[in-house]
Amino acid sequence: MSPVALLLLWELGARTGVIPANVLAAPSSVILTAWRMIASGELPWNMLVSLGRAVSGLVIGVAVGSALALTAGLSRAGETLVDPPVQMLRTLPSLALTPLFIVWFGIGETPKIALIALGTSFPIYLNLYAGIRGVEPRLVEAARSFGLGGRELIAHVILPGALPSFLLGLRFALAGSWLILVVAEQINASAGLGYLINNARDFARTDVIVVCLAVYALLGLAADAVVRALERRALAWRPAFIKS
Amino acid sequence: MAFANVHMLPQVQPPAPAARPTEETAPSPPQSPTVRVRGFSRRFGDTEVLRDLDLDIAPGEFVALLGASGSGKTTLLRTLAGLDPADPEAVRAPANRAVVFQDARLLPWKRVWRNVALGLAGLDAADRARAALAEVGLEHRMDAWPATLSGGEAQRAALARALVREPRLLLLDEPFAAVDALTRIRMHGLVLALWRAHAPAVLLVTHDVDEAITLADRVLVLEKGRIAAEERIDLARPRDGGPAFQALRRRLLNRLGVDPGAPPPSPAQSSPPEAELLAYPTGEIL
Repeated sequence: MSPVALLLLWELGARTGVIPANVLAAPSSVILTAWRMIASGELPWNMLVSLGRAVSGLVIGVAVGSALALTAGLSRAGETLVDPPVQMLRTLPSLALTPLFIVWFGIGETPKIALIALGTSFPIYLNLYAGIRGVEPRLVEAARSFGLGGRELIAHVILPGALPSFLLGLRFALAGSWLILVVAEQINASAGLGYLINNARDFARTDVIVVCLAVYALLGLAADAVVRALERRALAWRPAFIKS
Repeated sequence: MAFANVHMLPQVQPPAPAARPTEETAPSPPQSPTVRVRGFSRRFGDTEVLRDLDLDIAPGEFVALLGASGSGKTTLLRTLAGLDPADPEAVRAPANRAVVFQDARLLPWKRVWRNVALGLAGLDAADRARAALAEVGLEHRMDAWPATLSGGEAQRAALARALVREPRLLLLDEPFAAVDALTRIRMHGLVLALWRAHAPAVLLVTHDVDEAITLADRVLVLEKGRIAAEERIDLARPRDGGPAFQALRRRLLNRLGVDPGAPPPSPAQSSPPEAELLAYPTGEIL
């Protein structure tokens, strides 16, 4: 009830002039603007651009993070080679690297995708690495006693055992990719949700800003739903999922 | 022989080999033993867990290993399972061996039949797994997730997983300690039936004197890393706890430092080895 009441109050405030339109547009005008932006194709197109950036960065980040985690998790040599530098770098907030990335990669698509890739590779690495190292030693031992070794042990025991941790990492990575996307899109973008917001800011179009914020929120929700569905499928063996 | 008191009892015939000479009369048996341990020692840091240990297990023989906690039982089993390193000169065990652990150790992310088929090669792996599960009465649960099995079902699945490999040596590490008393009785019957059908040599590590007498051809008592006593059991199976059973039980309990005549002491009074034995009071129920 209270969200509806809040919306009504907001609408009322806007209609009576208590909330001026250049501070916050009325819900009705936000909906109208959203409709217009969808109909003109402006919103879907820019959303697709943003989504493309997030997905490309995420794919690269997940691939790099997984490769590093497998290297460090499955071999001692890999651990000494990979883990210390990654643990060092992870303390650095990815967004702090924005200026450096602009110097390196210019102001096109590359720094945006690179920032997202960097920011998502850390949660994947940390969780997958911990997951591999945290696989129940009793199960590894049992599998070894049945003659499993090397590749088979990794495929049947270690990777499935680390999968829950990987999916947790993926959830963090998705949330991170969204956050970084918002900031990265402020870098001289000529398309995307960030570009729409920047434009709207210059013209004090609070209705457009609110529409874009709502789209960010909806995309975030959708991403979470995807991971949840993935978990339900991949972790069907877990007692929590067996009942349902 | 390192055995302290070898009893000259008539030899029990295990199911597979029709005849086997007693070790007392024939020092070098013509049939080479499935397990041969000679002068094996193992230490962890300063503690010597196993000391100069000798052990033979004949093909198809069912041996139970009794001992208090810390007597080295599990270390010996792990060595025979190839889970702990050992000098191949001192320890000879077949490569074709399988372990059933106290906790079933099924992989939770594989359905029951895939757990049984774990590591099996060949296209018929699924059929073999199904057959093994049918043998332990779990065919109807073959597609279940391990997390949904009861303790007894999980142990039966673990038995199927071990037997599907047709091991020459079956190692049982207190496999019934964690299941309830009624299930344990059923599991004893199942293990005997499976042993008769597949005829592996069996080493059963247990705390439970009655379980050892109920199942085994030979009971060994491990104490401070050495085999301190050995009893051959020639009672016909099923063994129902008659006078001979009780006499054996008394002897073994005495050997383990428990007075079977005394009323059960409260845990506070008992010394550690006794407490260990009383923690599994199957004997009283059987």
